Amino acid sequence: MSDKLKIGNKYITNRLITGSGKYSINSIIPDIVNASGCEVVTVALRRVDFDFKDNNILKHIPKNIQLLPNTSGARNADEAVRIAELSRTFGCGDWIKIEVINDNKYLLPDGYETVKATEILANRGFTVLPYINPDLIIARDLVNAGAAAVMPLAAPIGTNKGLMTEGLIEILIDEIPLPIIVDAGIGKPSDACKVMEMGAAACLLNTAIASAKNPVLMAKAFFRAIKAGREAYLAGLGKTSDYAKASSPLTGFLYNS
Amino acid sequence: MNIYLNGKSEAFPESAVLMNIIKSKKLSPDTIIVEINGKILKKNEYRLIPIRENDKIEILRFVGGG
Repeated sequence: MSDKLKIGNKYITNRLITGSGKYSINSIIPDIVNASGCEVVTVALRRVDFDFKDNNILKHIPKNIQLLPNTSGARNADEAVRIAELSRTFGCGDWIKIEVINDNKYLLPDGYETVKATEILANRGFTVLPYINPDLIIARDLVNAGAAAVMPLAAPIGTNKGLMTEGLIEILIDEIPLPIIVDAGIGKPSDACKVMEMGAAACLLNTAIASAKNPVLMAKAFFRAIKAGREAYLAGLGKTSDYAKASSPLTGFLYNS
Repeated sequence: MNIYLNGKSEAFPESAVLMNIIKSKKLSPDTIIVEINGKILKKNEYRLIPIRENDKIEILRFVGGG
């Protein structure tokens, strides 16, 4: 049974998207990609550091991977649009993750500016994946703005705190007719599994893998967890009950009652 | 002449074109994105674009990110 995820005009099979930041050495990235099986990897755009010219992340990302540049650093919609256009010029496709952040302590995204940037870029033909707080009203605006998916956070970026926003993500899964890709804050494979059991379309992870003692093994663990969660969702979880319901027959006991 | 390269002031010969700057920094054109005075350049323009006094040039590349 084919269970592909459609984002824009592309289908992906693996519902784990990985980041490329925070690794102790970038040369580990091919092993991360292999262990996770991911088909999409995020990157950021920065000024070249002329004293450290060898920092070209793309040489570590396999050529068949779909790049997802983010607009990190953008403080408003105009800056996000500029970063998106610069990224597209490179020739790696038209996918863009909108990240508009003014808050340096919690790195929480600005939903209003994110919607503005999404509308501009969607009209220019980008496949837009906006990163947001799990806000239903913002998410509805993003649907109208032409987003290809909605990416709500589970917890603040880099915290590994897991599903702090579980109930709000559930609302988005129920109400928003776009793929819901949970991005940021997932810390454990069990968090990712839970997210997929809930019906999310995919997970985007960076810190949880990069900060692990064994990032390659952790990438494999997340791949398995996400696959398990997705299969559980497709299988249909059994209902919960407030009372016990016996798993063995209640007749034929070896005693007279 | 003086230009602003990635936010810092630098001096370059009067006749410089963009590719001279890229080569002076020992960068491969295939790994970078360039913007001059707010205009994003195509790679085939790097050899053609002359540099003028006070030009604001941004040379960018992809780095690791989440």
